Amino acid sequence: MKKKWYDYLWIGELLYWTLGLCNILFAWLGMLFFTIPLLVALIGGSKAYCHRYCGRGQLLGLLGKKLSRNAPPPKFLRSRWFRYGFLAFFMVMFGLMLRGTWMVFTGAPLRQTVTLLWVFKLPWQWAEVDMVAPWIAQFAFGFYGVMMTSTVLGLATMALFRPRSWCVYCPMGTMTQGICMLKQKKEDGGCGGESQKHCGAAENSGQ
Amino acid sequence: MALSKRLAQVGRECVACGTCMKVCPRAAIRVVSGVAARVDGALCVGCGKCAKICPADVIAIVERGTAG
Repeated sequence: MKKKWYDYLWIGELLYWTLGLCNILFAWLGMLFFTIPLLVALIGGSKAYCHRYCGRGQLLGLLGKKLSRNAPPPKFLRSRWFRYGFLAFFMVMFGLMLRGTWMVFTGAPLRQTVTLLWVFKLPWQWAEVDMVAPWIAQFAFGFYGVMMTSTVLGLATMALFRPRSWCVYCPMGTMTQGICMLKQKKEDGGCGGESQKHCGAAENSGQ
Repeated sequence: MALSKRLAQVGRECVACGTCMKVCPRAAIRVVSGVAARVDGALCVGCGKCAKICPADVIAIVERGTAG
């Protein structure tokens, strides 16, 4: 099958990491990875971002060809409580990151560290952030940490299970699917909740 | 064309990631409205590529007629 331009968006993911290493302020570009899927779900009512445009998913798929065990993931990973629980946890940590940004905005000193996996503080002293207000830099440090944490988790589950295992519990994927379910319910009382079993099964003609 | 004996069936816990769509040689599976993947029984030949790649492991290959 002929490749389309969006099949190369994994390069954008690599570029994001490279630019962020060169200058932490490029971490702000990661906001695109947050806002675009939400807009696609809210306006378009689809998960087209996940299917087509997610550079991280593509990268995990490519790396997984060589590095993944291709083992089925544990069942809890796809369970609703885990996915929504992880989304809630991620949002709380995101909120704490925003709180840190607010504190710097109100006069607290800038902390030049990138937090990995919510615990490990990586020193990032080489970053040149004098050209912007401290809170802008603080958000960049925090956001780069969020992106790095999710990437590390994605790589770990890619290696342990199937290449795109991250997609199963990706907070953005969970959130956009939730939005689509709500939209679907609103439109025709269709595929959300209990009635979802009728949506996935092979129920069309020819069975 | 005669239908295959087996076909893919998507479980309730589909996360609608769309990974299955990319590997289906017959374009028989697609994510509907961002909610869950759905199989077109008329197109599916039960090759199992989607089941093998599904990151959530929610696709099963079943005998035609037993799909629920």
